[in-house]
Amino acid sequence: MKHILSALVLNRPGVLAHVAGMFAARAFNIDSLTVGRTDDPELSRMTIVVIGDDRVVEQVRKQLAKIVSIVKVQDFAGQDVVARDLMLVSVSAPPEKRPEILALIEMFNAKVVDIGPKFVMVEVCGPETKIEAFIDAARSYGIRNVVRTGTVAMARYSRSQSE
Amino acid sequence: MTETTAPSPAKPIRKPGSQIIVDTLVEQGVEVMFGYLGGVVLPLFDKLYDAPIRFIIPRHEQGGCHMADAYARATGKVGVVVATSGPGATNLTTGLATAMMDSIPLVAITGQVRTDLIGNDAFQEADTTGITRPITKHNSIVKDPNRLAQTIREAFYIASTGRPGPVLVDIPVDMQVAEIEVKPAEPVNLPGYKVRSRVHNRQISLAAEAINASQKPILYVGGGIIIANAAAELSELAHKANIPVTMTLLGLGSIDQGSELSLDMLGMHGSAYANFAVQECDLLIAVGARFDDRVTGKLKTFASKAKIIHIDIDPASIAKNLPADIPVVGDAKETLVELLREVQHRDRPEWFAQIAEWKKKYPFRYDKRAHAIKPQFVIEEILRQTNGDATIVTGVGQHQMWTAQFYRFKRPRQFITSGGLGTMGFGLPAAIGAQVALPGQTVIDIDGDSSFNMTMNELCTAVQYELPVKVCIINNGYMGMVRQWQQLFYGKRYSCSSLKNPDFATVARAFGAVGMTVTEKKGVADAVAAMLAETHPCVVDFHVDREENVWPMVPAGKSLHEMNGLDIFESMA
Ligand SMILES: Cc1ncc(C[n+]2csc(CCOP(=O)(O)OP(=O)(O)O)c2C)c(N)n1
Ligand SMILES: [Mg+2]
Repeated sequence: MKHILSALVLNRPGVLAHVAGMFAARAFNIDSLTVGRTDDPELSRMTIVVIGDDRVVEQVRKQLAKIVSIVKVQDFAGQDVVARDLMLVSVSAPPEKRPEILALIEMFNAKVVDIGPKFVMVEVCGPETKIEAFIDAARSYGIRNVVRTGTVAMARYSRSQSE
Repeated sequence: MTETTAPSPAKPIRKPGSQIIVDTLVEQGVEVMFGYLGGVVLPLFDKLYDAPIRFIIPRHEQGGCHMADAYARATGKVGVVVATSGPGATNLTTGLATAMMDSIPLVAITGQVRTDLIGNDAFQEADTTGITRPITKHNSIVKDPNRLAQTIREAFYIASTGRPGPVLVDIPVDMQVAEIEVKPAEPVNLPGYKVRSRVHNRQISLAAEAINASQKPILYVGGGIIIANAAAELSELAHKANIPVTMTLLGLGSIDQGSELSLDMLGMHGSAYANFAVQECDLLIAVGARFDDRVTGKLKTFASKAKIIHIDIDPASIAKNLPADIPVVGDAKETLVELLREVQHRDRPEWFAQIAEWKKKYPFRYDKRAHAIKPQFVIEEILRQTNGDATIVTGVGQHQMWTAQFYRFKRPRQFITSGGLGTMGFGLPAAIGAQVALPGQTVIDIDGDSSFNMTMNELCTAVQYELPVKVCIINNGYMGMVRQWQQLFYGKRYSCSSLKNPDFATVARAFGAVGMTVTEKKGVADAVAAMLAETHPCVVDFHVDREENVWPMVPAGKSLHEMNGLDIFESMA
């Protein structure tokens, strides 16, 4: 099962290497990992998607919590969260197919961010299922390139309040 | 936590970073350090010249690291080791990994090339923090000289609290030279590092209820008892609630092995009575132990009839290998104190009768009538003549297991051995570190010939600092433990497991130590007596039966009760 872990980490060199190294050394699999600054310049946020049964993920969480530069780790399993991926995808778009493709983009609430003679670059944002559905739908036109951020997530207000 | 405050004078005092390092080490109570010189630690060594700190120079940084480690194991204080950048730092790695696996509080200080050269493949540059990250509890590089003192304070705090471990501080040479203002010590503030102190009351009550209800309980205790200085509380609990105790290799000394309640060591080469008792118990109370594969054998069948209480300070240790019915996160000592209040005495006559039967039927045995010197005989003789009071250190291999089986430990910190990593070559430097910590006391390294070969150069160190360590080489002319596996599992094909040894007694004398060789059984007692009377470092080379095996043995992956060798025991009864 997929688990989304959210870690608040000190904004110091080596923390990312530490996390990545720990995953490798303990044979845990990372599905995706994102890092970004927070409003506090001292802290960064890592969102890590891990695949594994509950026991493995619990061990991952504990091992993360042990890292001195990691301030806090949460497993969002069972919580109501907003989870988003961002994808840039370049789709083959010969003139005769463009109306179809634009309709598709519209349907997904996606955006055209660049356009060339043969391709359009599309920005898709949303839950992972939506991103994957777009890839499936666009595949028949020909996909040249995909870049994804990996999941970022936050617990919904009501839930994080009661925590 | 450090509460020390430096004087805060009106006019700011400025000092070089190297002096700040030394001052902070003194402030942290460091009396002895181990380590080796090199270009980028020269400013630091210059300040150590006048410092009130005793400094021991090993012959290899690995040796220095094991010395600091054993100093910590013997005293409970933080061991400190210093090395230069590059090769000095990489030579520490085996020692750091050894300390990490056994949760030993250690602070390693390494020199680093100038900050402006970092990343340029400068002379003797190595990515020390990168290399040591997985084998330290924490590490950091100081890039602002104003952070020096606080980083060192944090290192001591992290190393010695919670589940202890080695912490490395990498200090570029320009940080040591920079002149900085002396500031009063601040309390350590580490937002990502929390030490659990309060134990969960409800978990304690659940544990106590389970203990009081149990017909066949057993305490399974590890190095955590010794680290937490909880041996007295453990013994009290075992006696009050009337529960037998089995110990891991690192847990030996947690309870006096002379006690009726001791079931000695469990696991791959543990006692049959401990292993049977674990498999039969209805309640397993693990304290400061981590269900290592050398202890549990096949996990699926380990203590499969039992409810499991797991007490550990490290939440990640709990349910890592085996789910716990009653997990208790907390310091071993505090938890045991709480438990003591709630447990009651139970007689459990059937359980103790069963255990007594196993004990009677399967004590550790060897062929006492043999002509050759049996390794176990040497260890029993050392036990007899030291009255079980010596501090014992080992290498890794068969001799280590025989020492664990045949020396009877009475007190915590009496047995110093590399358990988790199983580091050959640990013995001699560890004996030196322990002897530094325990002046005037008897420290004996019971070593293997191959293990001793790895770090015997440290005999120079023992001679130079007049540390009268005693080395007993259980010389079977083999990597004995490897040979045993080859005999049992590889059809006796002894591939590459025998090495040509030097004459160890001559080697010892060349180093300026005393050397003796014993080739006959009747010479063992006198040699041990002479060794114990010796006031200089001393090596005794015992030529033992070459193909003796360690029994019982749970083959890797088998269940704990599926021990080999019990028939051999019975044939010797
Ligand atoms: C540094 C290191 N290298 C290799 C091993 C694997 N190993 C474990 S025991 C052993 C043989 C030890 O031989 P010796 O020190 O003579 O002890 P004996 O088993 O003969 O008592 C070896 C090679 C190890 N534990 N440590
Ligand atoms: Mg040997």
